Amino acid sequence: MSRSEGTVAQAFPSIDAPAVPVAASNALAFPRADAREAARLALLRDLHLAFRKRGQLVQPLAFFAMVTLLFPLAISPELARLRELAPGVLWVGALLGSLLALEFLFRDDAYDGTLEQYALSGQSLTALMFAKTLAHWLLTGLPLALMAPLVAISLGVATTAVPGILLSVAIGTVALSLIGSIGAALTLGIKRSGALLSLLTLPLSLPVLIFGARATQLAIHGASLVAPLELLAALAILGVTLAPLAAAAAVRISLE
Amino acid sequence: MNWTWFHRLASPPYVYGLAARLTPWFAWPAALCIIAGLWGGLVLAPPDYQQGDGFRILYVHAPSAWMSLMVYMSMATAAAVGLIWRIKVAHAVAASCAPIGASFTFAALVTGALWGEPMWGTYWEWDPRLTSELVLLFLYLGYMGLRAGIEDTQRADRASAVLAIVGVVNVPIIHYSVTWWNSLHQAPSVMRLAKPAMPLAMLLPLLLMLLGFTLFFVALLLVRLRGEVLARERAASWIREVVSA
Repeated sequence: MSRSEGTVAQAFPSIDAPAVPVAASNALAFPRADAREAARLALLRDLHLAFRKRGQLVQPLAFFAMVTLLFPLAISPELARLRELAPGVLWVGALLGSLLALEFLFRDDAYDGTLEQYALSGQSLTALMFAKTLAHWLLTGLPLALMAPLVAISLGVATTAVPGILLSVAIGTVALSLIGSIGAALTLGIKRSGALLSLLTLPLSLPVLIFGARATQLAIHGASLVAPLELLAALAILGVTLAPLAAAAAVRISLE
Repeated sequence: MNWTWFHRLASPPYVYGLAARLTPWFAWPAALCIIAGLWGGLVLAPPDYQQGDGFRILYVHAPSAWMSLMVYMSMATAAAVGLIWRIKVAHAVAASCAPIGASFTFAALVTGALWGEPMWGTYWEWDPRLTSELVLLFLYLGYMGLRAGIEDTQRADRASAVLAIVGVVNVPIIHYSVTWWNSLHQAPSVMRLAKPAMPLAMLLPLLLMLLGFTLFFVALLLVRLRGEVLARERAASWIREVVSA
């Protein structure tokens, strides 16, 4: 067992415990870490695990680049036309890339029992869900945001639009990760849940797509993008306050 | 205060019998209202000065669109009641609402498209209301898909209840963002019914249709609820008595 997992075991006294009653008594025997510390450790654990399988981290990015490649091939290689389509291409690509990674948000932890231990640990499951979602954003949303300017430039967008695009995709993917965490938690334990996960998540993601694409469009035209950015940030904040609650409830239901 | 009447609503055999007794009380008034509304709307109401007879599809389109939202709210309310107080019958009500709501949404979309052809010259216009209605259809399909995906009924109930509540939080956000999105793309000049100036001869049949559709929904819900309760309680002994009787 690695160092990182060892520290998590201290935060979750029951991590190696087999069943409910033992977990309850363990929680009394060990001093329990506070919720913030537990969330921090859960976040670090997810990041550690992800960096051991670096190949998977690249997949959403490769997918994003691949989707972008389809548009010049399918529509036209003229940069003037592609520039008009760039906000749509960027956001559809980012949305699908983020969706692709969602399936893995809880799946491995559900298989090996980690989620069950989180639920039994006596820690706030909401805080742990927030930590897991934050890890998911750091591993997919942030890389997608860093890649978005490159994709935009390949579609003929001027470099002056880079900061605006970076910012809007970064904020938008926060909201996407949070919305997606609810869908991923609800579809836990369903076989071949990929299509269902998209059906649940995409309708809820439409506002992010609308405001994100609008912000990107304004950035490309060199206009002020404060209004759609503020709306995106509002969606992200609403997600931060409500989505972990719903995801925690959904995880508990799936563990019943 | 005596709460027995309320607690009895959580008992499947009682609800099954109640639903059977109440169904005709909603079905017949629904039929009367819809027939009267259709007669008033299709025959008695004068043709619109701009749209001619084309506007008459309103008498099916508007009530369907109204019901699509109302059924979603009823479904989410029932699901929340089931989730909070752990009442199985409430979950059965939510489960029965979903296909009805999806059908009303589908009807609203189809009649909207048929109305759009003569009025806008195209079957589909990315009009904010049509677009939000389409998203609502996807919300219904997602809800039904999640329910069908989970085999254990209790887990399916609770998971889909969470989804319905998340959906209720999102419906207004989706609606307003779609409206905002559309107002950027095109001027809202598509088609404006002169809103308040609807004459009584046109308005009255519409109100009758609204009432009729609502009663129709309740009647359908009661029938579906009985089927749902039968399926869920198939192992219970009272079912045998009901079925053999």
